[in-house]
Amino acid sequence: MPQLTMRDALNQALHQEMARDERIIVLGEDVSGGAGGTSGEREASGGIFGVTKGLLPKFGEGRVIDTPISESAIVGAAAGAALAGLRPVAEIMFADFVGVCMDQIYNQIAKFRYMFGGKSTCPVVIRMAMGAGMNMGPQHSQTIYSLLTAVPGLKIVIPSNAYDAKGLLIQAIRDDDPVIFFEHKALYPRKGEVPENAYTVAFGEASLVRQGEHVTVVAIARMVPFAERAIDALAKEGITCDLIDPRTTSPLDEETIIESVEGTGRLVIVDESPPRCGMASDIAAIVAQKAFHSLKRPIIQVTPPHTPIPFAPALERLYVPGPPRIEAAIRQALKDE
Amino acid sequence: MTLSVNLGNARLLRAYRQMRLIREFEERLHVEIATGEIPGFTHLYAGQEAIAVGVCEQLTESDYIVSTHRGHGHCIAKGCDVGGMMKEIYGRKDGLCHGKGGSMHIADMTKGMLGANAIVGGGPPIAVGAAIACKLRGNRFVSVAFGGDGSANQGTVFEAMNMAVVLRVPAIFVLENNGYSEHTGAAYAVGSGDLAGRARGFGMPAECIDGADFHAVYDAMGRAVARAKNGEGPSTIEATITRYYGHFEGDPQNYRAKDEVARLRVTMDCLKRFRERAALDHTVAQAELDAIDVEAVALIDAAVRDAKAAAPPVEADLYSDVYIQY
Repeated sequence: MPQLTMRDALNQALHQEMARDERIIVLGEDVSGGAGGTSGEREASGGIFGVTKGLLPKFGEGRVIDTPISESAIVGAAAGAALAGLRPVAEIMFADFVGVCMDQIYNQIAKFRYMFGGKSTCPVVIRMAMGAGMNMGPQHSQTIYSLLTAVPGLKIVIPSNAYDAKGLLIQAIRDDDPVIFFEHKALYPRKGEVPENAYTVAFGEASLVRQGEHVTVVAIARMVPFAERAIDALAKEGITCDLIDPRTTSPLDEETIIESVEGTGRLVIVDESPPRCGMASDIAAIVAQKAFHSLKRPIIQVTPPHTPIPFAPALERLYVPGPPRIEAAIRQALKDE
Repeated sequence: MTLSVNLGNARLLRAYRQMRLIREFEERLHVEIATGEIPGFTHLYAGQEAIAVGVCEQLTESDYIVSTHRGHGHCIAKGCDVGGMMKEIYGRKDGLCHGKGGSMHIADMTKGMLGANAIVGGGPPIAVGAAIACKLRGNRFVSVAFGGDGSANQGTVFEAMNMAVVLRVPAIFVLENNGYSEHTGAAYAVGSGDLAGRARGFGMPAECIDGADFHAVYDAMGRAVARAKNGEGPSTIEATITRYYGHFEGDPQNYRAKDEVARLRVTMDCLKRFRERAALDHTVAQAELDAIDVEAVALIDAAVRDAKAAAPPVEADLYSDVYIQY
């Protein structure tokens, strides 16, 4: 099976879906890049992360639309185009920019179907790059999926590897509900086996990345490969863990998490989003309510501190939970009183 | 392009019927809301009817509109069922949106009515999206964003206008300048006072017209539609108008001079204007218009009666239609 980066897997998904369905359009800042520039190079970037590369020459300016820097208009236009029968894939360059288009996301697209009495469909996908680890500072590094997971009417997708990224993006595009699709910047170069054909990965089905018996570890996005490293290191000592990657936080596969906790009695949740009202605390609350009597030890949340994301590499390294913190948390979960 | 001088008797009567229906709908709501039987927050369109009808009479069901919190007039003008609307406003299960949207969220996708919108400035980006769809299908249809002087101070409207120009899509921005953004005068809140000038600044033509004159609205809209269908991109229409009631029902309007509304009801009433024009042009007989007035009262009577008798939604409706599949 071919090895692809997550970036190329996403790109392949867009190419295959746009060829399949001519209602699909792609819009966003610099998705092809070069319009109005002096070089005459019409596809000058293909998206700043290269995810939309090659779409413009293949599908044309009608379907691959470079927009002004206007996030509200990008998301709003995607919403309106979807109500009018297209299947838009909009790109918000950095997830942090949701700050300037939140209304269109949580007041408009998330609520259309409900407030219009089930008589509208808004099959829009909003892709956005997220995450720390590249020293981009407080306004270009956030994860924000916890904020949007809290909004009824949205589906929230967060792949951690190339295979899931392709299958989840194709599912997102074919899905009739609005989908927010988070891509961790640091995972774009992460390689994995990706089938050439188009396939889907269902929403609401977690992936069991490692199987073990002592501790349940739930991790999201970049925290998944970090948790893999921690867990594989501990395996040499005979400590084994279930590693669960939810893949979508809305819908959330609670069942897989609960079942695992019922087996291990110990839970570590690793989340790159801030600790308050985040995914880690949400999952902890669900487990505390539904599997309290299975727990042998308090739930441990491994998250960044309650601070903005610092620029300096020395500080950002401290901010992002890494394999050593995850390993320590697993050991702590195993300490019986 | 059809101009108002070429409208025959039947089309003129239809336009008047739509305007009268909106007026009767809103005047009746004003009365019914005072009884306390209608839940929530309602913003009446009375006084502005010629704009909604002048615009929508240039459209078909395949054209799109996106409306505002003051949206009843746009809905009726675009063909939404008046009975279904009334039930929606009363919060009934058989309302156009099953009672889950209410006055500020009436929509009917089958009529190209993409929703009233409770966020001021929320609609124009959505209208641009529908216009992108229209352009991809060959500019045979257009997309209209209604807004007011209040929305013209929202950045979303500027983003939408600029994007419409850049992408050259068949979008039409209709700015109904009724002089008040909520409780604050446009004379204070609109920096230049010139809404059309703002639109021109983005590189599209913008006309200023008398919003109480159905014929002027219809003709300006005809020019904008022709331009859009010709692939020449977006236009803006700024229509000067007044509103007869407060920002919302129950607003005592202490910010307006005591006699302002009474005076404007005499000097700026679109229905009165339409009748005067008809008498002058001999296009339609006053008796025909009188008959429409009577018919409108009966229609709204029935709508209110049915809405009051209709059942509210049930518990299962709370949970339905959040997602198509979850």
